Amino acid sequence: MIKRDLVIVGGGPAGMAAAISAHENGSKDILLLERDQYLGGILNQCIHTGFGLEYFKEVLTGPEYASRFIEKIKDIPNIEVSLKSFVVKLTTGKELTFLKPGCLTQVRAKAIIMATGCREKTREMVHIAGFRPAGIFSAGLAQKLINIEGLLPGKEVVIVGSGDIGLIMARRFRLEGASVKAVIEIKKTSRGLIRNVAQCIEDFDIPFYLSHKITKIYGKDRVEKVSVSRVDDAFNAILGSEFDIACDTVLISVGLIPENELLEMTRGASVPGLFVCGNSLKVYDVVDSVTKDSIEAGRVAAEYLKGL
Amino acid sequence: MIKKITCIECPKGCGLELDIENCHVIKVSGNKCPKGEKYAIAEIEDPVRILTSTVAAQGLSLKMVPVRTDKPIPKSRMREVMKEIKKLKISKPQLPGDIVLKNILGLNVDLIVTRNVC
Ligand code: SF4
Repeated sequence: MIKRDLVIVGGGPAGMAAAISAHENGSKDILLLERDQYLGGILNQCIHTGFGLEYFKEVLTGPEYASRFIEKIKDIPNIEVSLKSFVVKLTTGKELTFLKPGCLTQVRAKAIIMATGCREKTREMVHIAGFRPAGIFSAGLAQKLINIEGLLPGKEVVIVGSGDIGLIMARRFRLEGASVKAVIEIKKTSRGLIRNVAQCIEDFDIPFYLSHKITKIYGKDRVEKVSVSRVDDAFNAILGSEFDIACDTVLISVGLIPENELLEMTRGASVPGLFVCGNSLKVYDVVDSVTKDSIEAGRVAAEYLKGL
Repeated sequence: MIKKITCIECPKGCGLELDIENCHVIKVSGNKCPKGEKYAIAEIEDPVRILTSTVAAQGLSLKMVPVRTDKPIPKSRMREVMKEIKKLKISKPQLPGDIVLKNILGLNVDLIVTRNVC
């Protein structure tokens, strides 16, 4: 078992800011574990602008925001970055087990910062009836397919929910030449930022149905159409309001939840020296707030280490 | 004529109320900062957006390289600029800020890379 002062799980905006901040506050032995082959986390696929206004006082894209931190980390020898490192176990004794191609490594840390971000809610969590054909994606997966892999997942898209990623993807699909048939939101107002409604939906004249829900997805091999109904205040479909929209793709964008599977392994125990920051603590609207929160976590962890 | 729009310059998303006469904005209200007024005038007289997309890479560490226009472009030209972007390929390593395409369609705007690719 290897021993480190501080281990940070997750090399996205939260983990990177926490690592830099811990270093600036005196930590000299930091291991940053990232499961992907690059640092940056979800920012790498968020190629749109809207990042950094608060923290850097300028408008940046996701990759630009990430690269400011990546470059900084490169210059700090006290932060060891381990990529393709997937943490599979966390104990109350602050021992972590992580998989790296070809090896399983155990590390005991004096302090740990969990910066594992969040994940998307799925179709299962919103209960849409119907078949299970190909063509149903979470908005974030579609974003990865287009922006990282260069694949367009469909040509006629209906988006369920008005989370920010769904709104951003509506515009992205349109720019890539696909048609976006509708955004369907069960609530009376948009879930995502109002500016994203303006620049992603209104800019492209995309039909935006509030107080509506998808009642059924049809299709044998591939999505063929969806049924949509208006809903009442209790979110029940209003009889007689149903209509169909032909499409080959359904994107689900119904919100995010903190990614806490590793933390759950500690069964809610209070473990001194175990910290959580960024979207794995709570889902933030903008990355600048994640950075601010994580700088604080890095500082607190460094203080904790000093007090040992 | 009164027109209501949303300012997109920051996440606050202020609701702006514009008083418009002969296609000119004569009064803006609802903005929590001066950027809102500038945005409102541009939105009526010459709406612009920063365009972001990706360019296919060849023989590099990434399949797709994210790019953006270094300045906002007229909203009405987005489709044409997308067509120009689609024609491009990147086969040499790039740093954020490197120019992939100069003076796109004579708009006096460059297309720049937003991620390190090697
Ligand atoms: S007016 Fe100012 S504060 Fe309001 S959304 Fe625009 S930039 Fe933000």
